[in-house]
Amino acid sequence: MEWEVIYKWLPKFIQGATLTLELVGIAVALGLLLAIPLGIARSSKLWYVRALPYAYIFFFRGTPLLVQLFLVYYGLAQFDTVRNSFMWTYLRDPFWCATATMTLHTAAYIAEILRGAIQAIPPGEIEAARALGMSKPKALFYIILPRAARIGLPAYSNEVILMLKASSLASTVTLLELTGMARTIIARNYLTVDMFFTAGVFYLLMSYVLVQGFKLLERWLRVEQCQGR
Amino acid sequence: MNIDLYGFGPALAAGALMTVKLALCALSLGLVLGLLGALAKTSPYKPLQWLGGTYSTLVRGVPELLWVLLIYFGTVNMMRALGEYFGYPELALSPFVAGVVALGLCFGAYATEVFRGAILAIPKGHREAGVALGLSKWRIFTKLIMPQMWRIALPGLGNLFMILMKDTALVSVIGLEEIMRQAQNAVNFAKHPFTFFMVAAIIYLGLTILAMTVMHFLEKRAARGFVRTT
Repeated sequence: MEWEVIYKWLPKFIQGATLTLELVGIAVALGLLLAIPLGIARSSKLWYVRALPYAYIFFFRGTPLLVQLFLVYYGLAQFDTVRNSFMWTYLRDPFWCATATMTLHTAAYIAEILRGAIQAIPPGEIEAARALGMSKPKALFYIILPRAARIGLPAYSNEVILMLKASSLASTVTLLELTGMARTIIARNYLTVDMFFTAGVFYLLMSYVLVQGFKLLERWLRVEQCQGR
Repeated sequence: MNIDLYGFGPALAAGALMTVKLALCALSLGLVLGLLGALAKTSPYKPLQWLGGTYSTLVRGVPELLWVLLIYFGTVNMMRALGEYFGYPELALSPFVAGVVALGLCFGAYATEVFRGAILAIPKGHREAGVALGLSKWRIFTKLIMPQMWRIALPGLGNLFMILMKDTALVSVIGLEEIMRQAQNAVNFAKHPFTFFMVAAIIYLGLTILAMTVMHFLEKRAARGFVRTT
């Protein structure tokens, strides 16, 4: 290992790691917002409410993220209407393409987690809320969603870690996040193993910090105490 | 609906075949690694436990793309040194082999956890019954543990295989001529990126549906003789 060279390039790696965290942060936050209506609709009893989210989730879970990324980044340029619209300033930018694709991708997974969580709530609790005279929206906001959030949190933390790793794909659309930065540095100094090793250590560190953060959040939301019974 | 593929249909079909080959080879390697990892993690020996734990933590914490790049570009010097020693200076990993190793490694790390859970789910009495009957350790594993383990591990492995199938797209980055690479070639020649990448997406969807159907049959077969009591 060429520790001195690694030390010399450390600021660049930190720069790449920051971009990675930005990508992941935006994707999992917006993805969660998008997933809430999707997940609720997906767990509906009515088939015509369920159908659209189902198709959305099926497409985004059934195809590789790389294909989706290329569809958005390279594919949308095929349509003149897109190129002439105001959206083009954003869709031309690899950063916004990557965040948009990752958001759509992770929203499908989070929606499926949310559906599982909603369906795992004991039916008695929802019936109790209705028996107390809560309207359906009220029961949804005060009983079902807070309960589902606690059931789904461990799976959501898994999804965040998976997105952290999936963000490395953004390097294929010229973004200089951690993997992209490592590849650029390798093109300069040819120390393939050392540079990829450093990037790997960064990923391990970031996922470790995220796991610990979610453990704290679980304790704060008292997930453990809400289980069972 | 009629899509003009500009004569790239056969190339895309060849790419799909390559993807399937890659996925199946990586699956075989990953199953072996996963079994070894699970055995190491559940063994009574501390160093083996540590080895299995480190393998699954380390590999799962680093992106698959990084593994693909690391194994393809990172082994060049080592392979060359090895090749010179044996008299083949041109020795290097092909993109296919590098892809199989990288994806197999990642699959194995996740499969370690799936197999470990399955081994732990088998009642302790079964193993003790084997010991009482005087079976050797190896026979207890192959005749008692393995057949039961499969049934429990199958749904988890099915999920992992779907993930593996989608991860094969990453190997296009190192130039293997699978679906994504072929689609990119077609785009470079005929433009129309949306059409070709959408066709690639549909092929992946088709492969996923196929894998789901096979998994369904395997699970049904593995569960024969078990009644669901709900």
